[in-house]
Amino acid sequence: MPTEDRIADVWGDRTPYPRGGDWPVRVDAHLASGVSPGDVDRWVQTASTLHSNGDAFDVAVRGGRMVGVRGRADDRVNRGRLGPKDLFGWQAIQSPDRLTRPLVRRDGRLVECSWDEAMDVVVGRTQALLEEQGPSAVGFYTTGQLFLEEYYTLALVAHGGIRTNHVDGNTRLCTATAAEALKESFGSDGQPGSYTDVDHADVIALFGHNVAETQTVLWMRILDRLAGDDPPEVICVDPRPTPVARAATVHLAPRPGTNVALMNALLHEIVANGHVDEAWVTAHTVGYADLEKTVTRYTPEVVSTICDVPAADIRTAARIIGEAEALLSTVLQGFYQSHQATAAAVQVNNLHLLRGMIGRPGCGILQMNGQPSAQNTRECGADGDMAGFRNWSNRSHVEDLARVWNIEPKQIPHATPPTHAMQIMRYVEDGSIRMLWVSGTNPVVSMPELARMRSILSQERLFLVVQDIFLTETAQLADVVLPAAAWGEKTGAFTNVDRTVHLSEKAVDPPGEARSDLDIFVDFATRMGLQDKDGQPLVKWSTAEEAFDAWRECSRGRPCDYSGLSYDKLRGGSGIQWPCTDESPDGTERLYARGTFWASPEECETFGRDLETGAPVEEQEYRALNPFGRAVIKSSDYRPPHEMPDEDHPLQLITGRTVYHFHTRTRTARAPELQAAAPDVWVEVSVTDAQTYGLAEGDLAEVTTARGEVRARVRVSGIRPGVVFLPFHYGYWDTGEGWRPGDHGRAANELTRTDWDPASKQPIFKTAACAVRKVADGDGTPSPAPDNTASAPVAAATAEGVER
Amino acid sequence: MRIGTVLRDLHHDENELARTLLRVADEHRADHEVHQMGQHLAEWSSRHVREIAAIAESFGQNLDPAPDGSPTLVEEARRWMSVRGGRFPETELVMVRDLRDVYLRASSVLTDWEMIGQAAQAIVHDELLELATRCQAETKRQATWANAKIKESSTQALVV
Repeated sequence: MPTEDRIADVWGDRTPYPRGGDWPVRVDAHLASGVSPGDVDRWVQTASTLHSNGDAFDVAVRGGRMVGVRGRADDRVNRGRLGPKDLFGWQAIQSPDRLTRPLVRRDGRLVECSWDEAMDVVVGRTQALLEEQGPSAVGFYTTGQLFLEEYYTLALVAHGGIRTNHVDGNTRLCTATAAEALKESFGSDGQPGSYTDVDHADVIALFGHNVAETQTVLWMRILDRLAGDDPPEVICVDPRPTPVARAATVHLAPRPGTNVALMNALLHEIVANGHVDEAWVTAHTVGYADLEKTVTRYTPEVVSTICDVPAADIRTAARIIGEAEALLSTVLQGFYQSHQATAAAVQVNNLHLLRGMIGRPGCGILQMNGQPSAQNTRECGADGDMAGFRNWSNRSHVEDLARVWNIEPKQIPHATPPTHAMQIMRYVEDGSIRMLWVSGTNPVVSMPELARMRSILSQERLFLVVQDIFLTETAQLADVVLPAAAWGEKTGAFTNVDRTVHLSEKAVDPPGEARSDLDIFVDFATRMGLQDKDGQPLVKWSTAEEAFDAWRECSRGRPCDYSGLSYDKLRGGSGIQWPCTDESPDGTERLYARGTFWASPEECETFGRDLETGAPVEEQEYRALNPFGRAVIKSSDYRPPHEMPDEDHPLQLITGRTVYHFHTRTRTARAPELQAAAPDVWVEVSVTDAQTYGLAEGDLAEVTTARGEVRARVRVSGIRPGVVFLPFHYGYWDTGEGWRPGDHGRAANELTRTDWDPASKQPIFKTAACAVRKVADGDGTPSPAPDNTASAPVAAATAEGVER
Repeated sequence: MRIGTVLRDLHHDENELARTLLRVADEHRADHEVHQMGQHLAEWSSRHVREIAAIAESFGQNLDPAPDGSPTLVEEARRWMSVRGGRFPETELVMVRDLRDVYLRASSVLTDWEMIGQAAQAIVHDELLELATRCQAETKRQATWANAKIKESSTQALVV
């Protein structure tokens, strides 16, 4: 097996293929040093949990321990390929500092205890609060990294058992806008496109999506098309010189917070140049007249002054999109975590609706996810929505879910929209939520404005339960810590961005007394004595497969229909795309193939929201607007960001990730190769700003906003002038302080603002006003930033540019 | 013609709505949605004030295009209080009551715009009709937002 250096060579060798061709197989693998294929006892089927792409692979097991990984050649997602985090990230779960026993806080300290003791404390507190205040005292904050069986169980326990409306996932920070944009345009969540659209597209447009680092294998697929005989044209919208930007035909680098203006200019040109498919628009959409009127004002010249992007580049990009035969668009955090997130993401949907390019090969929209199972958080209702994309403001949907759960409809909270994560934290702050159960996420590092977040979650009066695999920053503040089994130590299914469902089988035993999240939730339900309306246990399953089968019934007839799937069917072979039913037993490659949507007032998941105020649209209003369930074209005016640069804070701060890490590094920092590739925080500034502020590569700089300060080594990169970038991965668990900064901040979120998109409620991480100053000269050592990605030093970036 | 009189009342009411939104935004800084959206929606009313003043001249009214004053000392003190008050569940109930005030004021402004719109059609005044139609839609969105936020918050505020 080749032991190529896939840290330096992130995307590996090219396997070019033509438009309409089959993406060739390339099997990537990595075995621990000293282990040869012959030493492996067995290979166990699974898929990636360190990003959202869903790369399928097998884990090598020897003597009860993981010793390596090998890509699955026959899987539709990756055809055998793996990225750096797939190849090396598995080592983390065998780290010696895993949580192995429950912990409870006694006299201010966390001490080990038995599961009975820990669960008694949790159940006792829950019951007391329900008695005293009712369900409004209890909140659940979960993740995008558990399995669907676990989310579905959590959603049932929280919504149907505890009956609280305060349920959300950290998917609020990463993919809430994807879900909201799909709901606003098509009436329901559900990814229209497929990764195979890369095989057929002649234009690929990436909006705020550095796919080369967030989904490396999807980028390999695009690179292989680019290396083929008839490469697609690539349009990139990103303020950083990402690998995507370097490969693009047109690179638009707008000012942070101006995405809606840019999108409106593209739409303006599509309309002005007669590139609208009028017959399709008339037959399949509502709202076009409003959009036509709105975008009139957004000429490339006007928008070029708002975004600081050349008008000629906007025209070129619009012409390429307007003349495309098959357009594939992808969207990620550059839009989702920026100002006017939903409004901007919806305009990408509108590009496709205007051009009638949806549901055909190459004509796809991928509103991306950030996490491996974020799709399931949404489907199962662990993000607060009703399970199975049901509409909380549609009585018959609530009744249908109550039938599935065998409880009374009034027992499912649906009087108001679900409480989103930022509002849950607000209720914890004001003391009205008194118990918060956090599973698989680390808000003390990942939420905005960390000083506020620490002060909220460290309150004495809050009962904080944290369920995790390591003692994260957040776990250190908990009253009870529950040790969870990790991926690879339990069985379950999960679904990637393009609706591909994979089965992940248990390969090794969890350490010590750690238990799967499913076991923990089921145990809680049992100890709480949660019942259905016939006095039977509310949760009627205990194994993962039983939970999957229950979810299959809950999803039957819904857009995310799993009724044709089972563990047996998912074993061996390729992952399968939902909806998978008796009529479409092999799954469904693209949604909305005939321009029919789940958008009728009876079927839709939501009546939508006002994109600017966030107020839910009333049913009557929606019925008047869209009686026949067509796609909805929603236009939006550009509004300036809430926090603009001023004299004290003249620059704009954006945060983001690097290819080598995931979230707050709880796993990736414990994989030696990944940790060595990006060991510490850095700050990226442009050549212009480096000159203005007297900064050089490797200098120690201080970045400040109205919220706080962070110190980091300087990387002078090709980033847009006026913009400063900080990676958000670096917290405090591997510092002396443990869960908070010492003398100086390290986490990017010390600086971000408590502010969110009105419609999706996703926090805005990418438009804070900041200042940068030098603290100390460097010693000639470069900053710890990777050199082969978007953070490349400016000299290297330029050299590569010349080479091309 | 009494259109001028109604425009003068509307000018006054839009000013009051803007002030109320700003006050509520300031008083509830700990609730970030109310803080942000209150300020944002106040701008809509301030714009309406300017547009009413501009068109009112042709109806014999001399109205001030500048929205009413900036925060006073008392308001500065209230801002200081509001951040510190964020740790008490009781603030939630105060906020719901304040939002009710916003909702009622927006509803009465909405009615005024409806009256103006009817009159504009009667006298075939295209400019006034366009203004009334546009502003009425925005006022409705202000009221809808306040109402939605009341619904959402009262489930938590009243059961604590």
